[in-house]
Amino acid sequence: MTQPLVRAVGVVKKFGHTTVLHDVSMDVQPGQVVCLLGPSGAGKSTFLRCINHLEPLDGGQIWVDGEPIGYRVRNGKLYELRERDVAKQRRGIGMVFQRFNLFPHRTALQNVVEGPVQVRRRDQAEARKKAMALLDRVGLADKADAYPGQLSGGQQQRVAIARALAMEPKLMLFDEPTSALDPELVGEVLDVMVGLAKDGMTMIVVTHEIGFARQVADHVVFMVDGAVVETGPPSQVLDNPEHQRTQQFLAKVL
Amino acid sequence: MAAPDPTMPIVRLTHWGRWVGAAVIVGILVALGFAFADAQILWEDIPDFFAFEVMIDGLWRTLGLAVAAQAGAIVIGIVIALMGRSANPVARWFAWGYIWIFRGLPVLLQILIWYNLALVFPVISIPFVVDAPTNTVINAFAAALLGLGLNESAYMAEIIRAGLNSVDRGQIEAAQSIGMTPGKTLIRVTLPQAMRVIIPPTGNDFINMLKGTSIASVIPYVELTKAASNIASRNLEFMETLLAAAAWYMILVSIASVGQYYLERSFDAADRAHRLRNKVGRSLKLGRA
Ligand SMILES: Nc1ncnc2c1ncn2[C@@H]1O[C@H](COP(=O)(O)OP(=O)(O)O)[C@@H](O)[C@H]1O
Ligand SMILES: [Mg+2]
Repeated sequence: MTQPLVRAVGVVKKFGHTTVLHDVSMDVQPGQVVCLLGPSGAGKSTFLRCINHLEPLDGGQIWVDGEPIGYRVRNGKLYELRERDVAKQRRGIGMVFQRFNLFPHRTALQNVVEGPVQVRRRDQAEARKKAMALLDRVGLADKADAYPGQLSGGQQQRVAIARALAMEPKLMLFDEPTSALDPELVGEVLDVMVGLAKDGMTMIVVTHEIGFARQVADHVVFMVDGAVVETGPPSQVLDNPEHQRTQQFLAKVL
Repeated sequence: MAAPDPTMPIVRLTHWGRWVGAAVIVGILVALGFAFADAQILWEDIPDFFAFEVMIDGLWRTLGLAVAAQAGAIVIGIVIALMGRSANPVARWFAWGYIWIFRGLPVLLQILIWYNLALVFPVISIPFVVDAPTNTVINAFAAALLGLGLNESAYMAEIIRAGLNSVDRGQIEAAQSIGMTPGKTLIRVTLPQAMRVIIPPTGNDFINMLKGTSIASVIPYVELTKAASNIASRNLEFMETLLAAAAWYMILVSIASVGQYYLERSFDAADRAHRLRNKVGRSLKLGRA
């Protein structure tokens, strides 16, 4: 058994007095694709945002690639990291947002080059070459000089995926990457994600696309009210759910 | 009984009100023109005063003071705006108090306080920076610069705060997700997008600053207005000299307006894309969480 790439143990997250994650634990092995399912407000986005420390935890720990996110281990203690050191940990974790969040004042190519050049301090020419290859991979080489405002939602989301991949992450987080898209544009984004999964990328995907989960997920995690209710391979959770809440949810989504 | 008939001629509505309004305006302007033509103004002297060496010196002092005060105000404004957004409560209180004081006091009063600082602090002593009698450090220029610049910095802080707030939170999260540090995020993502909101009121303020420097004439700093009144008190052609100064102010303000127009337009590429994006965004179903 290899060491898990992501190891979440007893994660607790509160907003004010409301606890939105109660004791969430999960392991993700390198190369695995985990799909997070659950009704709106279950805490899926919050959990994803805890993994790259966009939200600090109120309890428990999340380790990625042998490092506790947001902390440094010394003498058996966890020392809280400063924001700029957390930023270093985030470089290895790509994230794709529901609303794309491309930089509107930069072209598609500039969006993809931004991380390698500004954060990783890569050579400009080389970074551009790699970025072009990534845009080609998501089928948008011809849109390199377009501004996000000139692209369709599906194209923007594919640029956003390329921007995350440009940092050469070991883990990719997707928060409902197709929920803001017109139905006919969903397929083009899912195709890119299926390709990534096939290439062995470790992915945690919050999605309502049951077909996608069935096709690529190694593991499906079903969450309700800030807790994991059911987890297992898609054939089990999606086709023979044990828990009543899972059955109700799937009946609605399918 | 009338019935639809495509050959019926159409009589357009006559806008009598507009004709009357235009006639009144033109009438007033013509009357004003006659009044000035008749006034005892030696028009032919104005170009001379316009080009007087004293006048040109005053012009440069006005320009120098305005640019220095505005530039300083922008830098301090950024710092105060960032302190106002800081997680440190002491920094937030300081920013609030700073704006409260420097925006609250009249500029003239602030300039007079700086100019008379020597009365209460005969010597300025900041270790490793200065150690000198106050009245040699704070001359008329320094007092005007401090008074105008610090007052403006409080306004700039508010303009920059509004600009930073106008940037979508998702932009900051996207920057964080590719591992940008807070400083890098500010420079590469937040500030460039905040510029669209920051530039128009800043241009407005700078135009105000160009004219506002005339207040420094009281201490007396010999900027354009003071230069004009100095010339006038010698040649006694008050109106002619003041009109020459007025021409210079109009030229400065016009140049600044054109500059503002081009500066705003240089952020247009991103702006156009931004507006397009919002249009696309609205046509998508963004509601689902
Ligand atoms: N920044 C926040 N402040 C307060 N409450 C929040 C915040 N973000 C999310 N929540 C709450 O946390 C709960 C989980 O939200 P979320 O993680 O977005 O759920 P999901 O992604 O599964 O729909 C919801 O009740 C939501 O209202
Ligand atoms: Mg969500």
